[in-house]
Amino acid sequence: MSLPPGTLFLLASALLFAIGAHGLVTCRHLLRKVLALNVAMTGVFLLLVTLGRSGTTVDPVPHAMVLTGIVVALSTTAVALGLIVRLERRRP
Amino acid sequence: MHPAEALFDALLLLSMVVLAWQGVHARNMFRAVVSFMMFGLLTAVAWVRLEAPDIALAEAALGAGLTGALLLATLGRLKPERRGARLQRAAKLSMLPWLALGLAGTMTLLAVTLALPAPGLGERVLSAMPEAGVDSPVTAVLLNFRAWDTLLEIAVMLLAVIAIWSLGQDVLASTSRLPAPSLPALVRLLFPLLVLSTFYLLWRGGHGPGGAFPAGALLAAGLVLALLAGARVPERMTGAPLRCALAAGLLAFIIIAVGVMAEGGVFFAYPPRHAPMLIAIVEIAAGLSIGVMLTALFLGGEPTDTQGGST
Amino acid sequence: MSTIAGAILIVLGLLFFLSGTLGLLRFPDVFTRLHALSKADTLALGLVCAGLALHADDGTLQLKLLLIWLLVIVSGATCSSLIARAALAHGIRPWQR
Repeated sequence: MSLPPGTLFLLASALLFAIGAHGLVTCRHLLRKVLALNVAMTGVFLLLVTLGRSGTTVDPVPHAMVLTGIVVALSTTAVALGLIVRLERRRP
Repeated sequence: MHPAEALFDALLLLSMVVLAWQGVHARNMFRAVVSFMMFGLLTAVAWVRLEAPDIALAEAALGAGLTGALLLATLGRLKPERRGARLQRAAKLSMLPWLALGLAGTMTLLAVTLALPAPGLGERVLSAMPEAGVDSPVTAVLLNFRAWDTLLEIAVMLLAVIAIWSLGQDVLASTSRLPAPSLPALVRLLFPLLVLSTFYLLWRGGHGPGGAFPAGALLAAGLVLALLAGARVPERMTGAPLRCALAAGLLAFIIIAVGVMAEGGVFFAYPPRHAPMLIAIVEIAAGLSIGVMLTALFLGGEPTDTQGGST
Repeated sequence: MSTIAGAILIVLGLLFFLSGTLGLLRFPDVFTRLHALSKADTLALGLVCAGLALHADDGTLQLKLLLIWLLVIVSGATCSSLIARAALAHGIRPWQR
């Protein structure tokens, strides 16, 4: 293989982010928007870790950042879902 | 790289992209949520392929498990999606050229980034490891070198719990339950195992993949499983004890960060002599706190005192 | 010798995975699909784990593989039963010829 290592992962992360951003704009339903946001976030996480591997040693800093990022993403999702449920109750 | 590995990666990433698209655009909302959960599971495999076992552990428990449970619980409380609420196919397709343009731009940027020298921080972390107080580089970054980030991250989680509690009462109690005798039996078997693995991961975090985040995620998985099986937060726990457990991680973090200043140090600069013990305290407090906070996020509101039963 | 036996077990396991997936795709309703999937996949995972255990030269690793299999048996059986119950509760009748 002549491709540099990680090219596939970089390509996938760009695609995932694009799918997420596209979904965030085009979807009407709020739950779909939350799903799209999560997909985009996964794309960013993949990008961070893949870029962290390009050096000679494995870089633990992106790993730590992504670990915190996953937990923050879950917190965001939980708050968003809570808001969606309340919003739906208000709207006829 | 072996051709078989490249093939595996390609298949894995291709299915991830397809599942992500389905997770956003599947016609049926339930199918979208299930596709997203599958996507989370495959992401965990991708982390293993990227040699990031810590992230894989957290992703399997959080990204696939807990997020999926949250999404399904939310889906059950929403009214079905209205017909015509989704954009017309044509409108959706008209966005695609912009998508392609953005994607092309991103790829160019990535190509440029790859051509630049990427020293990373790996060497610096490696050279500072003797003073870290732990043997695992990821734990050292999380709880020593960049402990400030982790502190703020735990604060964000606590804020999320407060935000959800301020929205109203626990809504899980109102959901209907299937008569399923096998689920409580499974939980009785798995819950002790999950708690055991939580402490195993906390202990292991000092020298290998593991640590506060995967441990907290596993603890939360066990607690949520117990909630799904019909267990309720015991009444005497809903007040101060629950709040203490929620805040314990943040409090331990702040007390230690300020405490080392008293010894003449800088904010968060552990004296190397005490570093192992301080990190262990923070790790246990943060791990348990993260587990309880994640469960509180799943509960979706402040637990009420009126529910019967106990864990 | 044990390497070859392990490889044979893994390939056998993969065949069972394949048949389970075939059942998932081709069977008519949720109950028959569960029937195909849960049984075939449990056996397949057992075979794969046994094959991997033959390849492993470490006792702890073999114990972990056994533990994985036992946990998947328990959780897989429970999940199948839950899905079937949920389907029944939603009024899905088992398929009849």
